[in-house]
Amino acid sequence: MKKFDRKQMAARVARDIPEGSYVNLGIGLPTLVADHLPKGREIILHSENGVLGVGPRPAPGEEDEDLINAGKEPATLLPGGAYFHHADSFAMIRGRHLDFCVLGAFQVSVAGDLANWHTGGADAIPAVGGAMDLAVGAKKVLVMMEHLTKKGESKIVERCTYPLTGARCVDRIYTDLAVIDVKSDGLHVVEIVEDLDFQELQRLTGVPLKFPAPAKAA
Amino acid sequence: MIDKIFPTPEAALADIPDGATIMIGGFGNAGMPAALIDALIAQGARELTIVNNNAGNADTGLAALLKAKRVRKILCSFPRQADSWHFDALYRAGEIELELVPQGTLAERIRAAGAGIGAFYTPTAYGTRLAEGKETRRIGSRDYVLEYPIHADYAIIKAERADRWGNLVYRKAARNFGPIMATAAKCTVAQVRETVELGALDPEAVVTPGIFVKRVVKH
Repeated sequence: MKKFDRKQMAARVARDIPEGSYVNLGIGLPTLVADHLPKGREIILHSENGVLGVGPRPAPGEEDEDLINAGKEPATLLPGGAYFHHADSFAMIRGRHLDFCVLGAFQVSVAGDLANWHTGGADAIPAVGGAMDLAVGAKKVLVMMEHLTKKGESKIVERCTYPLTGARCVDRIYTDLAVIDVKSDGLHVVEIVEDLDFQELQRLTGVPLKFPAPAKAA
Repeated sequence: MIDKIFPTPEAALADIPDGATIMIGGFGNAGMPAALIDALIAQGARELTIVNNNAGNADTGLAALLKAKRVRKILCSFPRQADSWHFDALYRAGEIELELVPQGTLAERIRAAGAGIGAFYTPTAYGTRLAEGKETRRIGSRDYVLEYPIHADYAIIKAERADRWGNLVYRKAARNFGPIMATAAKCTVAQVRETVELGALDPEAVVTPGIFVKRVVKH
């Protein structure tokens, strides 16, 4: 099979984001989506720390310590962009004004529960940031993650074993193997990478997947 | 004549007592009032409760205040970072109390305090471990968690420009928590890059009106 690499995953997510969308990209893998948004589509990126209209990374030497993104990396502002305080920023999130957020995950359950903030380990220092607000607030919550853990276990699970970020909040999952919609009647496979068949995807995933009916013969 | 401009950071923070609750502006280093934090370290108040989005980066600013063991408790959303070693060590040693608050809930609890709101219901964190033990309520078709305001004795924030009445404008994303923290503290102290004559700030562009600011220090 031809697994998607990180760039291909980012490009696949980017393809689904339409013109005119307001979007928040989570820290880590989701940040890559910004580099793959189709040219010619006006899409406005939101950053929790109080920026709408986040532009590309500044050129070396052009960084401004007062202009960073939620990952605390140097950022730029596009013409038409705006700055605002934190309560307004989270009013945009919680108040359902963002069309999409893209988040990384440790696990997603069949019901769309999301776990992405804490391993729950005794020695782990918990940190949540804006993840719980994004999970309940964005109109569509997209998750981007590897399909399997390093040990080969499915990250799509019956019930999350890690502490939850949000319950029943995920709309679509993009992995390096497939694109899967979370619906009230279960997980629907939308796409699958080349040279991987449904049976193998089902075997690797471990929780029941629904596959589209075979196309009717002409 | 009203003149909120103090000569030095030290003078502006001289009366902070032990046990005070202090909001510190900034998201990472953007908007962090470094000169005021240095003055707070020099001032010596202990057993502080600190409200900030993070728990300090590297060895300066809030991290240096933690290292000096002057903080009893911190309320924040994202303490764990690659360079949060001073917090990490104190936390693992059980020498600091952490109240972890989702970022939007942190912002809204601060806003609520400044706006005189007694409590509010938020959908954030419902069904998670951060809502355990909290009152919940179903309103319409959604479930909410009851959250209370965070009041502070002092807020120390960074802005770009101020006049002697304490009107403030900010610079870029350094604004972050400044405007809401300014409303939520009994005494807000703003570190600014520049002070200007009364009337020089465009009234249409003032972000924090001077009513929320008690002291201004140019640094």
